[in-house]
Amino acid sequence: MSTPIIQIEHLTKTFGSGPAAVTALEDISLTVDSGEIYGIIGLSGAGKSTLVRCMNLLERPTAGSVLVDGAEMTTLPDSELRKARQSIGMIFQGFNLLMQRNALGNICFPLELSGWKKPEAVKRARELLKLVGLEDRENAYPAQMSGGQKQRIAIARALATNPKVLLCDEATSALDPETTLSILNLLKELNEKLGVTVVVITHEMRVVEQICNRVAIIADSHIVESGNVSDVFRHPKTDAARRLITPNVGAARKFSGKGKLYRITFDGTTSSQPVVAGMVLACGEPVNIWFADTKDIDGKAYGHMLLQLPENPVSAGRMLSYLDSQNVSYTEEVLDK
Amino acid sequence: MTVAEWLPVVGQGILETLYMTLVSTLFAYVIGLPLGLWLVVTNPDGIRPNAAVNRIAGGIVNALRSAPFLILLMALIPLTRFITGTSIGSTAMIPPLVIAAFPFVARMVESSAKEVDRGVIEAALSMGASPLQVVTKVILPEAKPSLITGATIAVTTIMGYTAMAGVCGAGGLGSIAINYGYYRFQPGVMWAMVILLIIIVQIFQEVGNRLALKSDRRIR
Repeated sequence: MSTPIIQIEHLTKTFGSGPAAVTALEDISLTVDSGEIYGIIGLSGAGKSTLVRCMNLLERPTAGSVLVDGAEMTTLPDSELRKARQSIGMIFQGFNLLMQRNALGNICFPLELSGWKKPEAVKRARELLKLVGLEDRENAYPAQMSGGQKQRIAIARALATNPKVLLCDEATSALDPETTLSILNLLKELNEKLGVTVVVITHEMRVVEQICNRVAIIADSHIVESGNVSDVFRHPKTDAARRLITPNVGAARKFSGKGKLYRITFDGTTSSQPVVAGMVLACGEPVNIWFADTKDIDGKAYGHMLLQLPENPVSAGRMLSYLDSQNVSYTEEVLDK
Repeated sequence: MTVAEWLPVVGQGILETLYMTLVSTLFAYVIGLPLGLWLVVTNPDGIRPNAAVNRIAGGIVNALRSAPFLILLMALIPLTRFITGTSIGSTAMIPPLVIAAFPFVARMVESSAKEVDRGVIEAALSMGASPLQVVTKVILPEAKPSLITGATIAVTTIMGYTAMAGVCGAGGLGSIAINYGYYRFQPGVMWAMVILLIIIVQIFQEVGNRLALKSDRRIR
């Protein structure tokens, strides 16, 4: 089932030249499969926005190849490239709607660009308004809409020409948590309903957790880790990945107690039973909770907890075997002094 | 001269002033609008960067803008004669007015076009828009309110030039003010013309402001 739709090989992007040159991306290779939701996560400045712009060639890579739906984007002549872009939708953090056009006009815009007749374009735009749940706002101008509504219109606009790929550049970063969730749900729904491949660029963990199948972590111009979201987030292998996934790892550095410190991970496989309390009751010894960041999604627990176990290795061992029996994964937190 | 004798003189002056102003503005935009857009498109961060072309076009605009209008008016007399067959009267003022005004218009258009959100242009490019489509379907419509405001300023500035051209026998309210008010020592006439010019400028400004406001969809 997994046919690749985007294949990037050995992509490098350098801005400027000579000694002032800045390397934004170096030797990036990744494959996005048709129909999946692929996340690219990184801190700001890591190069992720440049990477997504290389996918539709808004930025021209300095070296490497970008294959989208079988076409080598870097060698397409201008007119062919414009055609290819019509099958790659894109949405942005700042929505980037035409301020002087109403919702309907904005959705008609890409259709006009590709030469649709007005009545057909309007008909298609109305379908899309319905798809994103804003059929009653067709005459509203962007200035009259909320952030979430604007992003819905932007999504409708990006999907107007039936693209195979939808690129989302920090599409929810300007939205509040609740609106973010509703936009992410919409993207997931559209992915399932239309089969459109979605590439999500973000600096927010929860966005990837929420909708992505696979993820690539980008740091300092390189992809440092990639794979299934559950694998990467459960067992991050690199420092950069850990920093992103567990931003509060620094809390452990202040630790001076005697017992060993364990990070236990809730990855949704555990139902919301009181794991830590159960462990304490079962083993009859207290633990120290250093840090906790867990949340409940659809009755399943996700997140991390940093526990200091008793100094006595036997008690600690009993606790770890209790965690094993509950199928909770954990790793010892090693402190760098 | 009685009021009845003044009326046709002033009436003709108003018509000549409006004629010179509006025709010059029209031609100044015919040249200045594409030139201003050209400056934006070829700008280093524009959609078709071209440093050499941009610098040459910018240089011409700057050179013409730094020439004082009255000097330009006199220096261009041969060209004016060639185009209109005469060097005096309202029609003769149009070529120098256009040449003095189009670089100004180009800069006004350039600054309006630069106000268009870079992200919106990027979005259009991501949908496969050609550079021409970006200009006609994004930059021009998105900059419309600002372009109207700019045109209002251009019209009133060009009207100021027509009054200056009165020195060289341009006709219009400027000529009346200079001929009667200055050469014939009738300061009352001069002030009357100044007030008339002020009123006309106010009308243009008000109409321009309203059009700009009405066309702007960014306002709720």
